[in-house]
Amino acid sequence: MSTITTEFMGTAADAGLSTDQYLTFLLGQEEYGVDILRVQEIKGWERATEIPNTPDYIRGVMNLRGTVIPIVDLRRRFDLAAADYTNTTVVIVLRIEGDTGTRTMGFVVDAVSDVYNVAAENVQPAPDFGARVNTQFIKGLAAVDEKMVILLDIDRLIGLDTVFSTFDGIADISHHNVPNSSPEETE
Amino acid sequence: MAIDVTKFHQTFFEESLEGLELMESGLLELEVGADNNEAINQIFRAAHSIKGGAGTFGFTAVTEFTHLLETILDRRRSGQAEVTQEAVDVLLESIDVLREMLSATRDGSELDPAEVVGVQARLQELVDSDLPAGGAAPVPSPAVPTPTSAVDAGSGDAVSGAALGTWRVTFKPQPHLFRTGNDPVRILGELAELGAYTVVADTSALPALADLDVESCYTAWTVELEGPTEQSAIEQVFEWVEDDAEITITRLDTPAVPAADPEAETAPSEPAAGADADGPAAAPTDTERRTGGERRQAEAAHGPATATTTSIRVDIEKIDTLINMVGELVITQSMLQELAQGNAIDLEKLQEGLADLERNTRELQGSVMQIRMLPISFSFNRLPRLVRDLSGKLGKKVELKIHGETTELDKTVMEKIGDPLVHLIRNALDHGLETPEVRVANGKPETGRITLDAYHEGGNIVIEIADDGAGLNTQRIVAKARERGLVGEDDQLTERQIHDLIFHPGFSTAETISDVSGRGVGMDVVKRNIVDLGGVIEVESAAGKGSRFRIRLPLTLAILDGQVVRVRDQVFIVPLVSIVESILFDPSLTSSLARGAGVYRHREAAIPVIDLSESFGIPPAAETADTPPLLVVVEAEGTRAGILVDDLLAQQQIVIKSLKTNFRAVPGLSGATILGDGTVAMILDVNSVLGLYRQTL
Repeated sequence: MSTITTEFMGTAADAGLSTDQYLTFLLGQEEYGVDILRVQEIKGWERATEIPNTPDYIRGVMNLRGTVIPIVDLRRRFDLAAADYTNTTVVIVLRIEGDTGTRTMGFVVDAVSDVYNVAAENVQPAPDFGARVNTQFIKGLAAVDEKMVILLDIDRLIGLDTVFSTFDGIADISHHNVPNSSPEETE
Repeated sequence: MAIDVTKFHQTFFEESLEGLELMESGLLELEVGADNNEAINQIFRAAHSIKGGAGTFGFTAVTEFTHLLETILDRRRSGQAEVTQEAVDVLLESIDVLREMLSATRDGSELDPAEVVGVQARLQELVDSDLPAGGAAPVPSPAVPTPTSAVDAGSGDAVSGAALGTWRVTFKPQPHLFRTGNDPVRILGELAELGAYTVVADTSALPALADLDVESCYTAWTVELEGPTEQSAIEQVFEWVEDDAEITITRLDTPAVPAADPEAETAPSEPAAGADADGPAAAPTDTERRTGGERRQAEAAHGPATATTTSIRVDIEKIDTLINMVGELVITQSMLQELAQGNAIDLEKLQEGLADLERNTRELQGSVMQIRMLPISFSFNRLPRLVRDLSGKLGKKVELKIHGETTELDKTVMEKIGDPLVHLIRNALDHGLETPEVRVANGKPETGRITLDAYHEGGNIVIEIADDGAGLNTQRIVAKARERGLVGEDDQLTERQIHDLIFHPGFSTAETISDVSGRGVGMDVVKRNIVDLGGVIEVESAAGKGSRFRIRLPLTLAILDGQVVRVRDQVFIVPLVSIVESILFDPSLTSSLARGAGVYRHREAAIPVIDLSESFGIPPAAETADTPPLLVVVEAEGTRAGILVDDLLAQQQIVIKSLKTNFRAVPGLSGATILGDGTVAMILDVNSVLGLYRQTL
């Protein structure tokens, strides 16, 4: 499925239409977007099995048809106020490309919102907040229907997080203080 | 050429390495002076295919090297020369070199040029010494290659020092040439690229039209060639047909002063340049300059640096079984579907169907596992060579007996058991077996015996390595252990405890350190490797009679027998191999040490008590524990500990899923699995849990 879509999008891009499609989701009042080609599926929240000695935004692992995938709570990852999981709470399963290969991960968000076509010229770079706020994993801000959508660079979000990069088996448990930023502050 | 040959490289390397193994075992079977025709033929064929493949991909150094091998083998095959001990030795060495050349070419790393040149020179010597002075070589042997061309895998050698010359080449193909897929016109065309030439066709053998077989070649050619080329370059053109044709190459003029001319690079070496540029060989650095052994170790430590795809050869029968199983599964599925569509569901039939489904699934799992199974001979095959080399070095006479080499084992387990096996065999030879004189003095046959045996037992594979040597010297072991303070002066040890001492890190009783063994880094590593695989190693020994090592390994690493336990509201799997026993936790038997570390009195020994809810930070469950806690006594690397759990659930086979695939390795866990209800449960790595526990103290 995804390969077909990829090819289709590839030809569209070749034809000079530099529009990307984004799946957007809600965290509190904010709307965030991820590249739709990375979305594998959207599933309802089920209880995950906790992984010991990991930061609290790692909710654990889930069984995705025989594959064990880690689940990241994006609210907690962005230091937003915790919210109860409701029946709109979903897990967006994304494909992450990193130095060590492709990984599949689930992200807990409040609700799925919409799919937008975003033209490249409508994307502004994320404002520089200096050292106080890390905006490295924000691809840009897109204006859609007079709303502002924060486009996430999901690969960087995971790639910059040391929690995911300790592969040597003797993981340093003190790695919990990940450089954090709260996109909420971008307002 | 539009075909990207690099994608066939992997296959070539795999096949060549397999071929080398064939050659090696063939060589070991050769008996000096006897009639070895069949064996030599086999070795020759293997060498020939390596040479052919290397030629196709332009690995010139490999081609040249194998060509020498082939010449030597061919002479012995045709009875022109004798199979001498010396010849076998050189051939065996050349196989080692060839193996290194192949892996160096594959990994794009460099290898020690001196070694290659040295062995190549010895091969050449052998080729030369075969012939009485003035005798004509039946196969034209190439000039001794310059050192650069020998090492520089993948770049043509025809470039260096090519001088203008005049050559006469006669080419008389055998009638079956066309059937081998070779085209004389192409060959002649390649010759034309080497310089100005005139060609005369000899059609005298051509029969009348009525008798003409269009698939046979009747023509012969004489070519006069004038150009800046060398004999080896011309030989290269005929590389593919030299066995199917009579070829003579003679130089008509006297050699002139060599003049470098890069234009002389011949067609066959062109793909070489391509392959060179594709691979990382283009920029080998000094750090990559390692010996094969070091490199292997480095790979084992860091994992392969480049993403190499490993493949496996599967017996077609196994695939057929698999297809049958899937067929049955499909039938069961459609049966169940039909049942579900009926108006009233027949419960009995449904249960029957589900039972079928369960059986099918189990069988299917079994057959899929079978695919990863390889006969253990893959590991055993390298041992005869080792025994041969070592016995020579140590001056001992040894006979190696191998049984059960068809016993099948998971590929991953196999890869990891190779080194421990080598170690054990080495030890048996060095420490176990006595020298012939001592053996005779003790009334034993002069030739020692090492037996290697593999068989299945339950869900395990057992490998036994036995020797009829001196056995473990218990007195010396105890003395050494006392000296090192491993054992108290007055401690009385059982036979078994003494034997277990040899697995202690840094323990060696060898009086002299040889390059074979005695450094005391060995048995502990062997044991650790086996324990890492979820296996056990035991030793039995009788003074003067010999020792026997028994390795028991799980058949596969993908599945393990696990005990499902509950800690608060979380479920974990403890591998059954790690569990000594599970007992009711009696609080009166504990004593608290500093900082909350508890010690439990268990069978006269004090073992630490590990509370997983503490190590793993599990929050207390909502309701209070209604069952008294249990203590699961586990053992890892000789250390025992008790793990507190709230409940023991099922014992079942667990399919291991790596956490690294999508997340990363987690301390204390060896992976995860999916339970029957679809939820994920973590598998404890007992050794690592003990490590975590010590850290938190």
